[in-house]
Amino acid sequence: MGSTARLKVQVGAADFDAGEEIRLVQALTDSIGGVASFIGAMRSSNDGRRVDAMSLEHYPGMTEKALGRIVDEAANRWQLLGATVIHRVGEFVPGDQIVLVVTAASHRGEAFAACEFIMDYLKTRAPFWKKERTSEGDFWVEARDSDEQAADRW
Amino acid sequence: MIKVLFFAKLREALGQSELQWPLAAEASVEDVRAALVAEYPQWQEALCASNVLTALNQEVVNAKARVKPGDELAFYPPVTGG
Repeated sequence: MGSTARLKVQVGAADFDAGEEIRLVQALTDSIGGVASFIGAMRSSNDGRRVDAMSLEHYPGMTEKALGRIVDEAANRWQLLGATVIHRVGEFVPGDQIVLVVTAASHRGEAFAACEFIMDYLKTRAPFWKKERTSEGDFWVEARDSDEQAADRW
Repeated sequence: MIKVLFFAKLREALGQSELQWPLAAEASVEDVRAALVAEYPQWQEALCASNVLTALNQEVVNAKARVKPGDELAFYPPVTGG
């Protein structure tokens, strides 16, 4: 564990307020010198198709464990002082927020790196699956090699 | 008995999300998969696809992992969250 770091993982249908989540992390300790954040949102097109809606399925129980492990590892590798990961599930339309990652450290380098690491690992290791409703029918999103390569560089 | 779970595209292909499977003694993940296909031959293509992943008691495992009565075994396609 990243010693005293406060690490929060949340999975559910509810939307999030990124500003509020960032403020909560920033207020944890005055040792924090940098806070990085990432928001993943639903795009209105994918592989040239218009996407009208998307459903996001997960493996309840394993999802929380997998995310917890990823955040723990990030906290250890970059001495994080705090981190929050929120991943939504359920039904989405273009523009909806899907995922939030907030990382806090003494310096910006650690916060940036940990934030990117968490996203890269989340995309290849946490049990979520997307199904898109498009102009040409419903399709399960296929895993991308580029995501695997992004995770491998860590 | 063990609890077997299927997710996403695989769940749709098999037409089932969950089943109880009689497992009297310890066996490998591969043994369980073979026994499922023997019982449901129509599952062969989807369940034995090379990209199907497995988790035992919610931890990612390979085909050699040992499954014991009472365990939870999940089969699923590559993940696409984020």
